[in-house]
Amino acid sequence: MTGVASGTESGTAGAGNGGFAAGLLDPDVEVPAEISGRRAATRRYGVYRNNVVVGLIDALKAAYPSLLVIMGEMNFARVGRHFIAAHPPRSPMMQDFGAGFAEFLAGFAPLRGSPFLADVARLERAWLEAYHAADAAPLTGADLAGLAPEAMAGLVLPAHPALAVICSDHPIGDLFAYRFGRPERGPDLAASQSALVTRPELEVRVTMVTRPQARFLGSLAAGQPLGEATEATLAAEPEFDLATALALALQSGAFVRPLA
Amino acid sequence: MQTILSANLPPSRFVPRPIPARSGVGLKAQHVGDILETAADIGFFEVHAENYMGAGGLPHAQLRAIRERYPLSVHGVGMSIGGEGRIDPQHLARFKAVVDHYQPGLVSEHLAWSTHDDVFYNDLLPLPYTGATLARIVDHVGQVQEAIGRQILIENPSTYVTFAESTWSEVDFMTEIARRSGCGLLLDVNNVFVSAANHGYGARDYVAAYPLDRVQEIHLGGHAKDADDAGRPLLIDAHDREVADDVWALYRLVLARTGPLPTLIEWDNDVPAWPMLAAEAERADRLIGRNRPPVHVGLAGVALVAQ
Repeated sequence: MTGVASGTESGTAGAGNGGFAAGLLDPDVEVPAEISGRRAATRRYGVYRNNVVVGLIDALKAAYPSLLVIMGEMNFARVGRHFIAAHPPRSPMMQDFGAGFAEFLAGFAPLRGSPFLADVARLERAWLEAYHAADAAPLTGADLAGLAPEAMAGLVLPAHPALAVICSDHPIGDLFAYRFGRPERGPDLAASQSALVTRPELEVRVTMVTRPQARFLGSLAAGQPLGEATEATLAAEPEFDLATALALALQSGAFVRPLA
Repeated sequence: MQTILSANLPPSRFVPRPIPARSGVGLKAQHVGDILETAADIGFFEVHAENYMGAGGLPHAQLRAIRERYPLSVHGVGMSIGGEGRIDPQHLARFKAVVDHYQPGLVSEHLAWSTHDDVFYNDLLPLPYTGATLARIVDHVGQVQEAIGRQILIENPSTYVTFAESTWSEVDFMTEIARRSGCGLLLDVNNVFVSAANHGYGARDYVAAYPLDRVQEIHLGGHAKDADDAGRPLLIDAHDREVADDVWALYRLVLARTGPLPTLIEWDNDVPAWPMLAAEAERADRLIGRNRPPVHVGLAGVALVAQ
C-alpha cells in the first residue's frame, strides 16, 4: 500500500491501536504483528517507542529541573522510566503528568537513602501548580487596615489559588536552588527547611519560612480563623511572632480578600 | 497531589480575526519578549491548545498579549481523533474553552491517535486506513466540530510504519474524511516528504493527487535522517532544524497549484533564537508573495486585486 494509490485487497484485521500501544512503554514486547514487514520494522517501530519514552522523560525533566541537577541526567532518566511504567499519563494535559512523582520517590526502594528527594519533588510540583494557577489579586495590608481586633481574630483568609506551604525535615530550599546551578558545596543534609510558594502576579515566588510560620500559614490556608491559628501555633511554638508571619504572608501574596 | 485544573477563562474580549495568506510561526514562550519588543512582522502565530489549558498565569498572559497583536491559529495535539475510544469529553470541553476564549482564525488537529485505554502516549501515533477507521474518524471529527461550533482542519501525518490491513491510500483517506465530515485540511508538506521517503512513494505524486481545494493551511518543519533495519533512509519528523531544501521545493510546487496559503514554520525542539525563526518565516513569505495573484490596474487607475 502506498500513500497515493488505493489497492483493492481487503487486508487482514489487526489488533487495533491496543496492539500498537502494547510495546510503546515496554521494550520487551515485540514489534506489533499488524505492521507491514514487521520482521524488518524494529527500527521503524522504535521511532515511536523512542518518541514516547524520551518525550515523557523530557516532560518529567521540565517539571522537576532541581531534581534533574541533584540526581544527574542518567539517574533521573533511570528513575523516570520506572515512574512512567508505573504512572503513565492519563490526560492530554501534560502539565498534569508527574503529579505523583513525590509519592513515587518516597516509596521507591533504591532511593531509600535519599529521603529528601521526595520533599524536593513536592516543592517543585507546588511551583508548577502555582505557575498555572488561576489569576487572583492578593490580599494587601490596606485590606486589613481599620479592622477591629475582634474582627481580625474571626477572619478566615481564603488561600490564593497559587499558595502552597511545604514543611520538610530536609534542606528543601537549598536543594530547590539546584535548578539555578549546582553549588560548589552541597547543603547540610541535616538541616530542616520549609517553603512558602506564592504567585502574587505572574512570577512564582519560593520563600523560606520558619517551622512555626509554616505551621501558622498552613493552618490559615486550611481555613482556620486568624485567632485560632495564632493560638494553636503559639501553644506549640512559643517563639512564634504573629506580626512577622502576617507581614510575610501579605508581602508574598499568600491570600486573597475574604468575601464581604 | 492535585491535578492542575483548567480554565475558568474569563469571557472572551477578542474579535475573530482571520489568518492571512502569509507565513506564521509556532509560538514559543522564550520568544514572546523578542516578538513584542521588535513588533515582529509575522502573519500569524500558532499554539498547541494543550499548553493553554491551565487556569491562569504566564502562559495565558503571554498568549493574550500575542493575540491582541496578531491573528492566532489553535492546533490540538491531544484529541486522539484516531483513537478507538470515545473523544474525551473533559478534554473536548477544555479545547472548546481555549477556542472560545482566544477566537482563533483556524483550528486544527491530526490524523493520529495518542490515547488508548486511558493512557495518553504524548505522541501522534499511526493507524491503518480501513473502512472501520475511516468511519470512526469521521464520527470523531464531527463531534469536535459540533462541540466547538466551527470547522476544523485535519493534518496529514508523518509515519514510519504502514499497516498490512490498510485498504485505503492516505490521500484517498484524507479526501474521504474531508468529504464526509465537512472538515478542511492542513497540508504538512514536510510530513508528505517524510512519509513518501519512508514508504517509497513519490511526494510529488501524493501532492498531485491531494484534494488541494480543501487545504486552508500549510505546515513546514525540519526533519532528521536515520536508517531502518535494512539500511534504507528513515526520515524523522523532528521539528528540530531548518526546513530541508527538498521540502521547500515541494512547497513551491504546492503553492503554484493552490495560490497563497497561510504557512506555518514549526520548530519545537532545539528551538533557535528568534531571528533564525523569523528568517525561515520570511523565506516562506517571499515564496507566498511570488504566488500572489497579479494586481491589475483598472481604467480609472484604481488597483483591484484579481480574484
